[in-house]
Amino acid sequence: MANAKEIKTVLFGPVFANNPIALQVLGICSALAVTTKMDKALVMCIALTLVTAFSNFFISLIRNHIPSSVRIIVQMTIIASLVIVVDQLLKAFAYDVAKELSVFVGLIITNCIVMGRAEAYAMKSAPGISFLDGIGNGLGYSAVLMTVAFIRELGGSGTVFGFEIMPLVKDGGWYQPMGLLLMPPSAFIIIAGLIWLLRTYRTEQVEKA
Amino acid sequence: MSSNNDSISKTLIVVISLCLVCAVIVSTAAVQLRPQQTANKLLDSQKNVLAVTGLLSGSNVSELYGKHIEERFVDLDSGEFVAKPAKYDYRKFMKDPDHSERLSGEEDLASIKRRANIAPVYLAYEKGVASGELTAIVLPVHGYGLWSTMHAFLALGPDGTTIKGLNYYEQGETAGLGGEVQNPKWVKQFEGKKLLDASGEPAIKVVKPGNASPESTFEVDGLSGATLTSNGVQYTFDFWAGAKGFAPFLAKVRDGALNNG
Repeated sequence: MANAKEIKTVLFGPVFANNPIALQVLGICSALAVTTKMDKALVMCIALTLVTAFSNFFISLIRNHIPSSVRIIVQMTIIASLVIVVDQLLKAFAYDVAKELSVFVGLIITNCIVMGRAEAYAMKSAPGISFLDGIGNGLGYSAVLMTVAFIRELGGSGTVFGFEIMPLVKDGGWYQPMGLLLMPPSAFIIIAGLIWLLRTYRTEQVEKA
Repeated sequence: MSSNNDSISKTLIVVISLCLVCAVIVSTAAVQLRPQQTANKLLDSQKNVLAVTGLLSGSNVSELYGKHIEERFVDLDSGEFVAKPAKYDYRKFMKDPDHSERLSGEEDLASIKRRANIAPVYLAYEKGVASGELTAIVLPVHGYGLWSTMHAFLALGPDGTTIKGLNYYEQGETAGLGGEVQNPKWVKQFEGKKLLDASGEPAIKVVKPGNASPESTFEVDGLSGATLTSNGVQYTFDFWAGAKGFAPFLAKVRDGALNNG
């Protein structure tokens, strides 16, 4: 097992320094689709973190036996199996959320973060640290997703996790919700804004022109 | 990685054993969790029936359902109540050749290909089943929209023609356009409209958005930006209110079939 410092880098590095969405720009599509409500986004984050962590773990476990000619399909098989299991679990224990997330849980299979980490990290690292790398990237994904979901839910419906923060005009309150925030394009704008903020603060992330 | 990994036999062994392991895990999960999932589906369906009658309040769905809803089964051709068939599952029966009827192109207004011989109807009693005071009849309807089969519950008043509620609970139309069939604001328009005209023919009309006249008892606005989904809703009503749908049953309702029970 690696030392404490390396563990920390692997686990928390992806949150700001090497964020999978903001820096690597992976997994954008689900970030657009599931961020209208925070509870939906949270379930998606947990599901993706678990899938990334466990797929990294299993792929790393058998990395010395994976023939390189079929490695991508082997990774896909593991990831797909994990996603199906997660989907089944959600349908059994969180039916309402599963219904709302519908196809997006299945689409974790094609989420570039999972595949990207498997190929870039798990294929050459030990199982334990790969597992942590999966958790770390899941956290990075979650950080962005939850921020976007917070802005969209608060601005679009005046609520946070379904609790009313700003009463809407149609319910006799004062807040006129911003419909744009409930549409997928708004997530693009918010994510772009986040990337801009992050790169203003951490100038080393700015790509050379 | 040793080059040995890339030999044909090693590749085959790894791929086949991986597939076996994954298949076992996935099927175990599916089989183990099925009872729980079925229970969830049943609860969800009960919730939707309650919601369309406006009786859904609080969280104890199965208790409310048991108190207010009576489930009956209707032979669609004759319109008579029948006993619950063995191993009844409406979704399965509507596709099973032994329990359903193939619709000819002319009959198949809602593009559903087959129609089950026996359909469930849900009788709602606001004051509880024991009171015997019928307040709504809930019919399951479905039809093809633009991308998907849209499933809904339609609640009618005891007269068998006044619409009391409509609830699209399963559809895969374009989110934000056709997906708005689920929007409570949109389906609210149907409340108080008449499903059938005086002669018992399907009469409800989904018209171009903004063209429904407020005085009309038959017209509702379609969804803007979703003409094909709106048409799908129209065809669903045409079919299920027609002779191949619930018309024989509704005719019996109007003649007072439910008054004595």
